[in-house]
Amino acid sequence: MTTATQTPSTPTTVKPAPTGTGAPRDEHVRRRDPFALVRHSLTLTWRNLIKLKHQPEQLIDLTLQPVIFIVMFVYLFGGAIAGSTHDYLQFVLPGILVQTVVFASLGTGVGLCEDVAKGVFDRFRSLPISRYAPLVGAVLGDLCRYFVAIVVVFVFGTAIGFRVQTDALAVLATTGLVLLFAFGMCWIFALLGMTMKNPRSVQGIAMLIGFPLTFGANIFAQTATMPGWLQSWVKVNPVSHLTDACRGLLVGGPVATHVGWVLLWAAVFTAIFAPLTVRAYNRKS
Amino acid sequence: MTYAIQAEGLVKRYGKTTALAGIDLVARQGTVLALLGPNGAGKTTTTRMLATLIRPDAGHATVGGYDIVREAPEVRRQIGLTGQYASVDEEMSGFENLVLLGRLLDLSRADAKARARELLERFQLTDAGGRAPGTYSGGMRRRLDLAASLVGRPSFLYLDEPTTGLDPRSRGDVWDLVRSLVTDEGVTVLLTTQYLDEADQLANDIAVIDHGRVIANGDAAELKAQVGSQSLEIRPAHADRTADTVAIVSELTGLAPDLATNGLITVPVHDPDLLPVVVRRLDEAGIRASELALRMPSLDEVFLELTGHRTQDDAQKEADAA
Ligand SMILES: Nc1ncnc2c1ncn2[C@@H]1O[C@H](COP(=O)(O)OP(=O)(O)OP(=O)(O)O)[C@@H](O)[C@H]1O
Ligand SMILES: [Mg+2]
Repeated sequence: MTTATQTPSTPTTVKPAPTGTGAPRDEHVRRRDPFALVRHSLTLTWRNLIKLKHQPEQLIDLTLQPVIFIVMFVYLFGGAIAGSTHDYLQFVLPGILVQTVVFASLGTGVGLCEDVAKGVFDRFRSLPISRYAPLVGAVLGDLCRYFVAIVVVFVFGTAIGFRVQTDALAVLATTGLVLLFAFGMCWIFALLGMTMKNPRSVQGIAMLIGFPLTFGANIFAQTATMPGWLQSWVKVNPVSHLTDACRGLLVGGPVATHVGWVLLWAAVFTAIFAPLTVRAYNRKS
Repeated sequence: MTYAIQAEGLVKRYGKTTALAGIDLVARQGTVLALLGPNGAGKTTTTRMLATLIRPDAGHATVGGYDIVREAPEVRRQIGLTGQYASVDEEMSGFENLVLLGRLLDLSRADAKARARELLERFQLTDAGGRAPGTYSGGMRRRLDLAASLVGRPSFLYLDEPTTGLDPRSRGDVWDLVRSLVTDEGVTVLLTTQYLDEADQLANDIAVIDHGRVIANGDAAELKAQVGSQSLEIRPAHADRTADTVAIVSELTGLAPDLATNGLITVPVHDPDLLPVVVRRLDEAGIRASELALRMPSLDEVFLELTGHRTQDDAQKEADAA
C-alpha cells in the first residue's frame, strides 16, 4: 500500500473519474479485495485485545469470577450436594466452565453498547470498511477473552484436584465446543448492545437472560433431583446440553446427542441474531 | 456548475421531531462552508447525513460527485469526520487510536505507525501519544479527534463544532489548522459552529440554519450586510469623560450612541475604517479608554435580524436572569 510519507492528494476535479480522487484509499482494486473484511476484522480484534492490556481489571474480573464460583460451590456446597468435595468437583467443573463462558458472553453486549454510546462506532461507520468488520472484530476479541477464562477454569480446577478422565483431544474438543456455543450466544447480547442506549441497562437485561440460562440448568445439580416443572425447562435449556456434552467429553458419558444439540443451538442463535445485530448496526440513528 | 458538496431538500424526522426540514447546500471544491445555527438547528444531523451515517427521509446529496445513499462507500473513501463529541477510544492510547485507523484504511503496519507519529507531532501530542485520551485535557482530546479524522488524507473534512469548549488559544490552533488544510491540501471543509466570528474567520460561505432549514446563506460579507452592522464599544477609563466620549462618537457616526449603566458606549458602525479615526480623536481629547472594540454581531443578533426570534439559548438566559 502507499506509504504514509506520500505527498498529500490534491483533488483537482469536482466530479472525479470513477477511480476516485487519487487519495491512497481510492484504489478500486482494494475495494473489491475479498480479504478486506478479514483484515479489518482482525485489526478490530487487535483493538479489543489492546483494551484488555490497558484495563487489566477486566482480566482480573474474567479470571477471579470462575475461581470464586469453583471455591464457593465445591467447598461450600460440595459436601452437602455430592457427599464429597472431590466427587462434586469432578461433577461441577465442566459446568462452571460453561457458566463462566456464558457470563463472559454477556460482556460482549456491554462492550458494543459502550462503543456506540461513545461514538467510536460512528467513526468506524464513516470509514470505507465493511459494516460487518466492527462487529466481527468485537466478537473475535471476545472469543479470546472467553478462551482466557476457559484456561483459568482448567488450570485452577486441576490445581485443586480436578482430573480429566479422557484425553487431551477431549479437552481441545471441549474448548472448541464451548467457544462455538459462546460465539452463538454472544450475538443475542450483541443485539441488546446495539439496540439499547445505556450500557448499564444492557448489563441488567443480559443478567436477566444469563441467570435462568446458567442456574436453570444442570450445572450445579443433577436434573433428576429437581421438581418436574424445573426439569422441563432444564431439559430444553441449551446450556444443559452444553454442560452434558462437556461432562461427557471430560469425565466420560454420552456425548454425541448433546454435541448435536449444542451445534444446532449455536447455529440457530447465530443465524437469527447475527443478521439482526448487523441490521441494528446499519440502522443506528 | 458542479459543486464538491451538493445537497437538495434533505429531510430527516425522528418521530414527531423534524430534525431537517429540507436542507439545501452547496460547497465549492477547496473552500470552507460553515453551517451556523443555534442548539437543535440540525447541524449535527446534516453533518452525519453527509457523512453517510444517517439516511435522508427525503432529498438527496452528493459528495465529490458520489451519492450519499447509493454510493456511500465511495463517499466514505473521501471523507474525514470529527463529530461533535469526541469519538476516540478511551481505552487505547492516542497513538494506538491513530494506528488503528491507519490499519483500517489499509496502511501497512509501518506506514500506519509513521502516519500516527506524523499526526501526533503536527497536533503537538507527541508527548501525550502514549497515554489514554481519558487523561487528556479538552483541547488535547479535540486535537486527537481531529488527527484521527485526517489519517486517511480525506478530500472532504467534516468538523462538527470543532472549537466549542476550547480556550481561545486552542481555538486559534484549530483555525490555523483548518486554514492550512484548505490552502495547502485543497481539502473541502464543512464546519458547523454556533459562533458567527468563527464562521467569519474561516468560511468562504456560510449557511445559517434554524429549525432544520437554511434561512440565509452567502459569504460573510453578504450575511453581515443582511444582518446589519458591527458595533463599536467604548468604555472611558474615567467616568467623568463619558459625556465627551459620547459627543465624539456621535459626531463621527452621526448616530446617538447607547450608554449602558456600566459606562459602556455602544454604537452601530458600517465602516470598519472608523475605528482608527475614533482612536485618534479620543487621543487628541486626552480620553483614555479602558475598553475599545469593534464587535461582530452575535449569533443572537443575526437570528433576531433573520428570523425575528431569538435563539433558544438566549431566551433561556433571560428566563434564568428574570
Ligand atoms: N437520534 C435522534 N432522535 C431523536 N431526535 C433527534 C435525534 N437526533 C437529533 N434529533 C433532534 O433533531 C434536532 C436537530 O438536532 P441536531 O443534533 O442536528 O442539532 P444541532 O444543530 O447539532 O444542535 P447542537 O448545537 O445542540 O449540537 C433536535 O431537535 C434534536 O432533538
Ligand atoms: Mg450538534
